[in-house]
Amino acid sequence: MTVGLPHFLILSAALFGLGLYGIVTRRNAVMVLMGIELVLNSANINFLAFTKYGGVTIAGQAVAIFVIILAACEAAVALAIILNIYKQFNTVNVDEIDTLRD
Amino acid sequence: MNLYDIVFYVFAALTVVSAIVTVTTKNIIYAAFALMFAFFGVAGIYALLNADFLAVTQILVYVGGILVLLVFGVMLTNKMTSVDIKTGTMQTLPASIIVAALIGTMWRIMYDTQWFNNGAQQQQIQATTKTLGQLLLTDFLLPFEIASVVLLVAIVGAALIARKEPSA
Repeated sequence: MTVGLPHFLILSAALFGLGLYGIVTRRNAVMVLMGIELVLNSANINFLAFTKYGGVTIAGQAVAIFVIILAACEAAVALAIILNIYKQFNTVNVDEIDTLRD
Repeated sequence: MNLYDIVFYVFAALTVVSAIVTVTTKNIIYAAFALMFAFFGVAGIYALLNADFLAVTQILVYVGGILVLLVFGVMLTNKMTSVDIKTGTMQTLPASIIVAALIGTMWRIMYDTQWFNNGAQQQQIQATTKTLGQLLLTDFLLPFEIASVVLLVAIVGAALIARKEPSA
């Protein structure tokens, strides 16, 4: 069948699920961040699919730009926090970071 | 089966296979490079959705910025005692079941819903860069300025959080 709106939505749902699986099962904190980026990308695909097929004006693409901007900010701050955690605990295994003070 | 469909399936396959490799492989560097392929696949999907400016922005920001940052994070937070860095996973079976159920539900909903179709196939393809530029400075001026402030705060905050403490 010709590619339409459901195809893009199914692709974005698959990416969302895979990103969620990465967030839940990974032990390394940087891998959890990779899962978060996959989830954000899937949301962006959703926005753009509805911009093209769903009667939304081009404002959908502007929202997608802001999602990319905020994903970059969040990745930078999250990695700074992970570096700090590594200095403190000497590991980035999320199972072993379980105390609030040293 | 026209060319559009073939290209869509190629990019979708690239994206999904790269995402699967990212979340299941034990080697972190393999995961980072698979994520790079996933970002390229997503950029191709954006181009198929008439979002040309966003496709290029995706490659510039995600592959050129965020991925490099992630690889820096990987290199700085692992003891480089061996050649390959391995990481483990935890509780894969419950996670697989729950994620499969979630994806299955979403797929069923997306396939069965009668989406409102406003004749998107007849629109002619036009470049979006100029329109987006005008939107960002007229309708979306406030979010644009706030995004600039957020970027500034994120840069300063990240640099502040991650700096070396001056030894007392």
